[in-house]
Amino acid sequence: MSSELPFERPLAELRKKIDELKQFGAEKQIDFTDEISRLEERYKQLESEVYEGLSAAQIMHMARHHQRPTSLDYIPLIFTDFIELHGDRVFADDLAIVGGLAKLNGVPVTIVGHQRGKDTKDNIQRFFGSPHPEGFRKALRFMQQANKFGRPIITFIDTKGAYPGDTAEERNQSEAIARNLSEMAIFGVPILCVVIGEGGSGGALALGVGNRVLMLENAIYSAISPNGAASILWKDASKADQAAEAMKITAKDLLELGVIEEIIPEPQGGAHRDKATQAESIKEALWRNLQELSKLTPDELREDRYRKFRKVGRFGTAELE
Amino acid sequence: MFKDLFQKKKYAVVPSERTKRDIPEGLMNRCPKCGQIQLSKELEKNLKVCSGCGHHYRLNAWERIAMTLDEGRLFEIDENLISEDPLNFPGYASKLEQQKANSGLKDAIITGEGEIGGFPVVIGVMSFDFFSGSMGSVVGEKVTRAIERATEKKLPLIFFSTSGGARMQESILSLMQMAKTSAALAKFQGQGGLFISVFTDPTLGGVSASFASLGDYNFAEPGAIVGFAGRIVIEQTIRQKLPDNFQTAEFNLKHGQLDKVVPRKEMKAILTKLLDMHAWKGEPADVK
Repeated sequence: MSSELPFERPLAELRKKIDELKQFGAEKQIDFTDEISRLEERYKQLESEVYEGLSAAQIMHMARHHQRPTSLDYIPLIFTDFIELHGDRVFADDLAIVGGLAKLNGVPVTIVGHQRGKDTKDNIQRFFGSPHPEGFRKALRFMQQANKFGRPIITFIDTKGAYPGDTAEERNQSEAIARNLSEMAIFGVPILCVVIGEGGSGGALALGVGNRVLMLENAIYSAISPNGAASILWKDASKADQAAEAMKITAKDLLELGVIEEIIPEPQGGAHRDKATQAESIKEALWRNLQELSKLTPDELREDRYRKFRKVGRFGTAELE
Repeated sequence: MFKDLFQKKKYAVVPSERTKRDIPEGLMNRCPKCGQIQLSKELEKNLKVCSGCGHHYRLNAWERIAMTLDEGRLFEIDENLISEDPLNFPGYASKLEQQKANSGLKDAIITGEGEIGGFPVVIGVMSFDFFSGSMGSVVGEKVTRAIERATEKKLPLIFFSTSGGARMQESILSLMQMAKTSAALAKFQGQGGLFISVFTDPTLGGVSASFASLGDYNFAEPGAIVGFAGRIVIEQTIRQKLPDNFQTAEFNLKHGQLDKVVPRKEMKAILTKLLDMHAWKGEPADVK
C-alpha cells in the first residue's frame, strides 16, 4: 500500500523526479547539482503549500492514515517500565483497549488507550480499535486503581467509536460508557487525555473526561463519524469529505470551541513520518501539563474537571411571552 | 423516513388509503402493533396504551407530565433556553424552526419541579417529536441544571428519556453534553441524591450512553427500544438479521440491564412507592 494520500501526490511525484535525476546523473556521471538543488527548493515550497492549511477532510484522511502511530507505538517511546495489564475481571480482555502502569520521567502513571490493529489479523483481534463494554470496564478498572493509589491517569484516544454489535448491546454498551463518564468526573488524580488519531463519539469520550484534553494537529474528534453524518444527512456515506468540513472536527476547531486545551504539533506530513519526534512532543506536553496539575489537591482536580465540562455548550435565550 | 411520522401532532397515523377511508382522522386510532381500531378518546383514557395488545404509544413531554405529576402540575424551569446554530451547520437553523413549529416545543426536553404522590421532585421529560429527542447544547444544559437544582435543594431526581442520540448538527458540543450531564450526576449521587431513570421508546446513542443509564433505579416502559447503537448499524456490522425483540425493554431486562419493566398504568404508583421509601427517616416500626 502506498503511504501518500491523494493530496500528497504532487509531492511524491516531484520526489520521484528528483531521485531519478540523481540516479541518472550518477550513472552518466553528469553534474546536476544546480538542477537538483533548484528542485529541492521547489520541493520545500510545494511541501509547505500542501501541508499548510489542510482542509478538514484532508486532516481526516491523515488521522486515518494506515501507518499512523497507535497507542502501543507511542508508549515505549514516551514512558519507561511499562507493565501491560489485562482484562475487566468479569468477562474478557478486550484488546481494543490497552493499558497498564509505566513511568513518565520517573513518575508512576496509569496508561489507558484505544488500540487499533497493525494488520488485518491484528485488527480482527482488536475489533479495529472499537471497544465492547468489557473494554470500557477494563479501562475503568485501571483508572479506579490509579485513583486508589494516587497515580495520574494518561489516556490515548484513537477509535472510530464503540463497537456496534449485538453482544456489545447485550452486555450494555450504554452503561459501560456512561459509567466511565461519571466515574472519571470524580477521580481525585490528574487525568490527561491525548487524541492521537480518530476520536469517534461516545467510545472516544469514555476515555476522554480529563482535566486537560490535548490533541495532535492532524487528529479529529466528533460526535459521529463524518461518514455516519453524511449517510444520515444526505443519505450518502461517500459525502464524508463534505460532512467533515461542516462538522468542525479538527484540533483547531475544537480549541476554538473550548473542548480541548492544547494542540500538539505534528512533524510535516503527519505523525507517521517521524514517530520518535512525535512521541517527544507528546511527552513534553504531557510532562508540562502534569506538573501543573500535580500542584492541585484531589478536590481541586475534581472541581477543575467539573468546570471544564460544565461550561461546554452554546445556546441562546428566548423572550418569554 | 420514519421520523416524519413522529413529527405530526396527531396520533392518528393511518397507513393505507383503504383504512384512511374507513377511519375518520383524529377520532379513531389503529394500533401500529396489532391493528386494533379504537376511539381516540378511549385511547387517551387508557393512557395511550392499546387495549388490545398493550402497545405503549409514544407520548410527547406534556402528555407525560400530565399523567405523571400530581394534578399534572409542573413548575417549569429554564423554559427560555433555545438552540442556536453554533457551528453554522448547513440546514440546522431552518430545521430548528420547522421542529419548533411541528412540536410546539422549544427543544427536546422539558424540566422543572412538581410532586408525585405528594413527594416533591425535580423532573425532566424528553420529547421525541422535537428533533427525534436529540441531545444538543440545550438538552445537555437543561439536564445539567435540573441535576444541579436537585443537588442544591436535596430533592429526588426523575428523568423520562427518549432520544435518537446526539444532535449531529452540534457535533462535538453535543458529544460533550454526555460528559457534562454525567459529571453533574456523579456529584449529585455522591452526595446521596436519588435518581430514578425511566427509558421510554426509543432511547439510543448519547442519551442512553450518559445520564439515562446512570439511575439508581433504571426502569423502562414495555416494548421500549433502548440501546447504544441502532439496529441497522449493528445489522450492517455483524451481517446478520437481529431478532425482533432485540433491544426491547424485555430483552434488556433479561440481560440484566433494567431493574424493572413498568407498564404506564403502574408507573406513578411505583414512583410514589420508591419516593416514599427514600423519604423515610424515622425509627424502625413497632412490629408486634
